[in-house]
Amino acid sequence: MLELKDFCFTVEQDGQSKKILQNIDLKIPQGRFVVITGPNGGGKTTLAKSIMGIVQPTGGTIHYRGQDITELGITERAKLGISFAFQQPVRFKGLTVADLISLAAGKKLSTVQVCEYLSEVGLCARDYVDREVDAKLSGGELKRIEIAGILARGTELAIFDEPEAGIDLWSFNNLIEVFDGMRRRTDATIIVISHQERILAIADEIVVISGGQVVQQGPGAEVLPALLHADYKYTVCKGGMRND
Amino acid sequence: MTDLTDKKPVFDKITKDLLAEVAELHQRPTGAYNIRLNGESADRNSTANVQIVSKEDVSGIDVIIAPGTVGESIHIPVVLSESGINEVVYNDFHIGEGADVLIVAGCGIHNGGAADSQHDGMHRFFVGKGARVRYVEKHYGAGDGSGKRLMNPHTVAELAEDSSMEMETVQIRGVDSTIRRTDAVLQAGSTLIVREKIMTHGQQLGETHFNVEMVGDGASCSVSSRSVAQDDSVQVFYSNIVGNAACSGHSECDGIIMDRAKISAIPEIVANHIDASLIHEAAIGKIAGEQILKLQTLGLTEQEAEAQIISGFLK
Ligand SMILES: Nc1ncnc2c1ncn2[C@@H]1O[C@H](COP(=O)(O)OP(=O)(O)OP(=O)(O)O)[C@@H](O)[C@H]1O
Ligand SMILES: [Mg+2]
Repeated sequence: MLELKDFCFTVEQDGQSKKILQNIDLKIPQGRFVVITGPNGGGKTTLAKSIMGIVQPTGGTIHYRGQDITELGITERAKLGISFAFQQPVRFKGLTVADLISLAAGKKLSTVQVCEYLSEVGLCARDYVDREVDAKLSGGELKRIEIAGILARGTELAIFDEPEAGIDLWSFNNLIEVFDGMRRRTDATIIVISHQERILAIADEIVVISGGQVVQQGPGAEVLPALLHADYKYTVCKGGMRND
Repeated sequence: MTDLTDKKPVFDKITKDLLAEVAELHQRPTGAYNIRLNGESADRNSTANVQIVSKEDVSGIDVIIAPGTVGESIHIPVVLSESGINEVVYNDFHIGEGADVLIVAGCGIHNGGAADSQHDGMHRFFVGKGARVRYVEKHYGAGDGSGKRLMNPHTVAELAEDSSMEMETVQIRGVDSTIRRTDAVLQAGSTLIVREKIMTHGQQLGETHFNVEMVGDGASCSVSSRSVAQDDSVQVFYSNIVGNAACSGHSECDGIIMDRAKISAIPEIVANHIDASLIHEAAIGKIAGEQILKLQTLGLTEQEAEAQIISGFLK
């Protein structure tokens, strides 16, 4: 379904070239629930943005459902059925939550429909539909609206960049249910970037990215125990939340 | 309500379109109204609580709203559909104590000819003690004649104790040049909220002046302008908020520039009293790149994303 070959992203910084992603080879079959983890600054967000087309590679190729999409722009990839929930969601002055969810769905939704998506992410919907997606929303509210937008898109491939960040405990449980629901949809391929044990625990497959490279990849049942081992060099937040 | 066509006078399509655009009038409004067409009052209705009378000395009307009038709306649209009309209109609104009303004004110019069409409106509001007024004003230009469409609205508001005025003013398209002036004096406990939305394009010029003086304790005001300047258009935003008492004031200018357009924000806040608290915020810049990226990830093209961002911003 998704295949990256010898994928590289290099930037020029202070006259030197810095390799952010190096020779990534990654294959993600359809219907899988894949969790990408690894240390801060390892290159996870860059990788996710590369799949969406926000970051253009400096080398390598990317295929989606057999089609070479390396040269395609963001809009074209979105239309092919790729979605991306930002680690830091974007704020808009003037656009309301209902506007944004409708744009995500690709059609004007009724208030009831918008509310359904918001309820799925644990937002008391009526209070939010007409609010602007601006600086007045809290970080956690914004994250949940971002996720609701991806649910409204309902695409075959959805990438979530640290969806749990800033989300409270109750909503976190809710979020796990949302992902579990998506996982059971056999046609949907989900990639979640996360540091949370409870999200890693429901992964079909875990990919560890560090230093711009894939350092480990395999079935969740094999990789997770290794990650949780005390000697493992990359930290995972144990339990449900960082602070429990 | 009766349809605009089934009662005299009969309005043509251009007039009806402009009325719909500036006052959202598709039918004759209920309540008091005055429709001004090409320099003359074309239709009018007063009610028991709202009297509309022509001025004797200059062109314009006095709108007299009886004390305690609650829930009535007053529509006073102006339409210039002939080319080359140049008018200055003086409208005064006397809002009685304790009244609570909605006033919808607005000016639409259709200029299909070579001569300039200009409407300068002077609106004065005398808001009585404890009264509340919501004032909505929309300006719109259309027509493909070479003559310019010019509008210079001047609003003066005198707010008595504990009164409040909320003003929404919108100018989205087609006005070649505009100088918009709002002057207000606020007595104790009164509140003024002004929200302006303006979009300029082509070679247009737009200037906004807000002058607010708070003279009584507990007065508060918030004036904000959201604007988009496209093509080669130029906008200047002046605001001057003076606090002469224990009061609070906020002014804000939020601008998006595109193409080769220019926007300047020139704010002044003057605190003449130890308990006056005044804030000004201004932000001008192009559309944030990440906003366009985000909407592209939802399947919109770059142009569609820009259009959505601007229409949301000016909504
Ligand atoms: N355009 C760029 N120019 C320079 N450096 C960049 C650029 N994009 C990313 N980087 C750097 O690449 C590295 C990887 O960044 P990335 O955001 O992909 O990490 P991450 O794994 O998502 O980290 P986190 O867990 O903190 O979210 C970081 O060191 C970052 O500073
Ligand atoms: Mg990241």
